[in-house]
Order: sequence, then structure tokens, then C-alpha cells
Amino acid sequence: MTTRRVLTGKHFMHGDYACAEGAIAAGCRFFAGYPITPSTEIAERLARRFPQVGGVFVQMEDELASMAAIIGSSAAGKRSMTATSGPGLSLMMENLGLAVMMEVPCVVVDIQRGSPSTGLPTMAGQSDVMQARWGSHGDYRIVAYSPWSPQEMFDLTILSFNVADRYRVPVIVLADEVIGHMVERVVIPPEDEISFWERKKPQQPPNGKFKPFLAESSDLVPPMAHAGDGYRVHFTGLTHDERGYPDMSAETHHQLVTRLIEKVRRSADDVTRTEDYYLDDARIVVISYGCTARSARRAVREARDQGIPVGMLRLISLWPFPEERVRELASNADAFVVVEMNLGQISNEVERVTRQPARGVFHAGGAMIPPEPILEAIQKVANDA
Amino acid sequence: MPEEKIVDRHPLDDIIRSDRMPHIWCAGCGIGIAMRCYAHAILASGIPVDQHVVVSGIGCSGRVAGYMNIDSYHTTHGRGVPFAIGLKLANPDLMVTVFSGDGDLAAIGGNHLIHAARRNVDVKVICVNNFNYGMTGGQVGPTTPTGARATTAPYGNPELPFNLPYLLAASGANYVSRWTVLHVRQLKQDILDAFNRPGFVFVEVLAPCPIGFGRANNIADGLEEMELYRERCVMADGVPLEQLGIDLREERPIYVGTFVDRDQPPYQPIQLEVDS
Repeated sequence: MTTRRVLTGKHFMHGDYACAEGAIAAGCRFFAGYPITPSTEIAERLARRFPQVGGVFVQMEDELASMAAIIGSSAAGKRSMTATSGPGLSLMMENLGLAVMMEVPCVVVDIQRGSPSTGLPTMAGQSDVMQARWGSHGDYRIVAYSPWSPQEMFDLTILSFNVADRYRVPVIVLADEVIGHMVERVVIPPEDEISFWERKKPQQPPNGKFKPFLAESSDLVPPMAHAGDGYRVHFTGLTHDERGYPDMSAETHHQLVTRLIEKVRRSADDVTRTEDYYLDDARIVVISYGCTARSARRAVREARDQGIPVGMLRLISLWPFPEERVRELASNADAFVVVEMNLGQISNEVERVTRQPARGVFHAGGAMIPPEPILEAIQKVANDA
Repeated sequence: MPEEKIVDRHPLDDIIRSDRMPHIWCAGCGIGIAMRCYAHAILASGIPVDQHVVVSGIGCSGRVAGYMNIDSYHTTHGRGVPFAIGLKLANPDLMVTVFSGDGDLAAIGGNHLIHAARRNVDVKVICVNNFNYGMTGGQVGPTTPTGARATTAPYGNPELPFNLPYLLAASGANYVSRWTVLHVRQLKQDILDAFNRPGFVFVEVLAPCPIGFGRANNIADGLEEMELYRERCVMADGVPLEQLGIDLREERPIYVGTFVDRDQPPYQPIQLEVDS
């Protein structure tokens, strides 16, 4: 194996490995994790690669510790990541909320498997979508991406680090087992073509006056001082004022939580990603994501061959949910078909935004949804229209 | 009468957030004394103050992170140790100390504690042990002696407590000691020594919790518990680790001092020499 930092070139690469290489290319130099199928290959790849590129790999005692460690490492200035699957994501939810509250950037990769509970460890699922959105207690907003190929495992891991740093938020790469274990062409660009969004740093020297949670810019993101920078910052999971000091008042709490949510809401134009297929004249819109979108695209093509005016919106960002784009499509479309490997999670979002019932093609997980039931659903909707 | 002298500054003004005073601790609580020893050790350490980082979990002792005027992280319940590991491994120049309580470190954070000791990570842990959960109002904890009363053990604790030095020694900690908040000079010196000792250090500090523990267990106030420390503390020269358990209600020695002093190399992440 090469020891280069960025493996520029064309590869035939495993999705989990592509994620690991994306992290390295993004400048991630700290990984703390706990082995769990089907994400383990990310840890394995980084255990091998990080020592070659100056990164720190540490296998923790559990996912609680893994999540705590990456927040600590990021607070000291390193781009940091963990990777897991559903049962581990449940344990990480505690400190995911801490990252939200402390505004410490980090990336959490969830290679989804069949759930709930231990479920289907080696088989695919897409049923952590709502957990990714709401899993930690309290009001907050999250950013989560859904790759549909090993190439996107690479690309979206980099984007996740950039979004995390720019907005000081945890970002979830919400992949599924099919994509994590898929081997496919991955093109890695030259190092200087990989975009890097910096964390905002304090503009003033450490003089005792810096307020680490004072957001003066319209993006509502405060500059971040790291441990050892000399600013003597205080970070807490308690409700805190602009100095970072605990403040047990309803007023401060409302201000803080509102800013944390508004910060992510305002980022929507910058962080939301979708892709269109045959949507220009579509009367029927299929919405799908991750591995499921690969079957859905095939079904849409076949339906087009049959003369049905159908297109597909692929969700690349699940959270924030691409509301504006879906609303726009709803103004022209007669019907929506939502395809996902769960029993209806994103479909609720689609119905909320379009204010009309969507036809679901659902499966609880364990195997990819084949194109046939999707095609049938499209035909049915076309006949009903 | 000595002449009254007004001074402008307290020696610890620079590293305690005086704008956060008064603190939340009860009268007679020992945590402030332990924090003061930590603060003095920082100033005496010769390590620049800006390289010191304190990490806490949740609880009364966990509030120390909020009062120290250094880079400070008040994390989730029990997770101070793994958070500290992240800080230290990301920036090895930092001197990372976890300052937290027995419930936080040994119950909800118990797994992290023993694994950090096993790894021998270069993190210092100051564990204030007051034998109960103080902040939530005197509940039974992992160090509450068998039979002692607590709000969630109104008929007496039916469980056996942890003997923390024994646990930490078995888990592989490089250095394990115990003092009380009566032993301010020894405690400060011990923390100072900890800064200069690579690897995982665990310092247990016994501290009165007159409201949470004392009231339910016939210890009238903080002063009475300090008196118990004065009467019963004995330097543990060669006392077997399994005999280091504590029950303040029994008239038997409380062993203090250094119990483990190993010189194992601290955890180092694997780094390869690679041309890049």
C-alpha cells in the first residue's frame, strides 16, 4: 500500500476504504472508534493508513468513548472522525448532543444495517434516518449526507469535514451497507484540487477578552479557539453565555438553542445537495437516496422507455431536508413516489413539504429494493393520474 | 493585633475565574480545597499555564472545570476521561488533567477509567471521593460503604463499594495515590509530581460532603470529617491494596500515600517513518 497522503488517481475501491481515504484527503488526523459491522473496514483502513500520514488511530472501549474522544481531539484542533453502525450510533447520541452544544466540529460515519437493535449486522438498512435527525435529546438541527457510490463515500466525507468546520457542527455520513461494501471506480483528484473550508479563528490575540461563543457574523458561527491557543476558553454542555460560562436562565437558554438551530438553518443553501434525473418535464417524481436510489434510477429509466413522464430527485443531503427543491417540484408534479429501505421515514418529510400523500416503496431492510416494485409503483401512479 | 494589610491580588487570581465566584459548593465541602491544591500545583509546575487543560464530567467536582481559568472542558457524565484522551493525543504538548468525582469517574465512567489506566494514557486524574452523589442530593454511589445511608439507600447500602486504588492498580495505572483535603501540602506535591510523571496517574482525594453524605451518616459537619481524617489517616507503608477500602463510620485506619509507582512507558499512537 502506498504511503501518500492523497491517493490521486483512478481506483477500484471499497466504499468503506473510499470513506477512509476521503477523511485522509480532507486532512482528518484523528480517528477514535469501536469495531462494528459493516463499518469496521473504515477503522481497519485508517489503522493502517494513519500511522503513514501522521494521523492518530485509537480503538476505544466503546462508542461512548469514541465520540467523546473525537470531540476532545477536535477541541485541540484536529479534524476528527469516528465510524459506526446503528447500535453504535445509539451510544454516540449522548455526545453528539455535546458536540452540538459545544459547537465542536466532527464527522460521524454511520454505515447503516438492518435495525432496530442488533438487527441484521451484515445486511443493509436505511432506517437510521430519523435517528440521525432526532437521536440526541433536545432541539437541534443536524447535517447528514447519503452517498450512493464509493465515489461519493470519498467526496461526501470531504464535504462533511468542510461543513463541520465551517459551521462548527457534527456532520453525519449516513451511508448504508451496500455502499459501504461496494467496490467500484473511485477517482481521487490531485491534492491541490481538494477544497478545504477553514474553521473560523479568533481575530484578536489572547488578551482575556475573547468570548468563545459570541457569534457576530450573519452566519451565527463564532470563531473557535483550540486548547493550547492561550485563550483559556471554557466549553460546557450546560447552557452557557457568550463567554462559555454556565447560565441557568430561561432567556440565555432560548437564545443559545435558537442560535444553534438558526445557524444550521441559514447554512441550508451552502450544505444542501440533490441531483436531478429526467425531472424537466416530470409529472411523477421519485425521491430516493443511498443504494436505493440506484434501483430507483433504473426503474425511472424503464418507465421513461414506456413513455411515463417520470423523473427522480436523488437526495444527497438528507438533513437539512432539501425542502425548497422538493416544494419547487411539487408545484409541477402530480404525484410523488418515495423509495427507501425503511418503512417510511423520508416519505414523511416529503408529505410534510408537498402537503400531499406520497406513494411509498418501502422495505424494512436486509436486501436492496429491486427496480421491479418501484417500476410497478410508478406505473400504478401513472394509471391513477 | 497584627496590622491589617489589604492586598490587590490573590496568588491564584490568574488561574481561577474570579468572575464566576461565588461557587456552588456547600459550606464544609472539600472540593474547593482540592481545586486549590491543583491550582497551586499548576503554578508551581513550570509548565506554561496555557498548556494546562482541565476536563471534568458531571457533578459537584465536575464544576471545577468551570472555575479554573485555563482551557477547560465540562463534558458529559462519565466521559471526561475519553474526552481528555482525545485532547492529549491530538496535542501531546498539553498537560491534560481530569478533575471529577467518584460517581462520575467510577460508576458511569468506570469503563473509561479502567481502560485509560490499562492503556496508560498520559492523562492525570484527580478523583474527589465523597462517598455519594452530592449534586443530585446524596444518592448512593460506587464508593458508598456497605450499610451507609443515602437518599436512594434509606435502609443502608446493600452493595459493596469500590476500593478505588485497588481497582486502578489492577487496571494498570502507572501511579496511584490517595490523600484527603486535610493533606493540602502532600496533595499539592502529589499533583505536581503527577505532572512530571508520564503515563496514567490516579490521585484519589477524600473530601467531606456534609450535606450529601455526612448528614445521613452521623458526621455532623465538614470540620468533624476533617477531624476524622486527622485522627485516622495513616501512611500506607506496604499495606496490601485489598485493605485500602474506607468506611468513615468505622474506627479503623484510613490509609493514605502512594500505593502504586510504576515506570511503564505511556501510550503512544503508532507513527511510521514515512517519506511523503
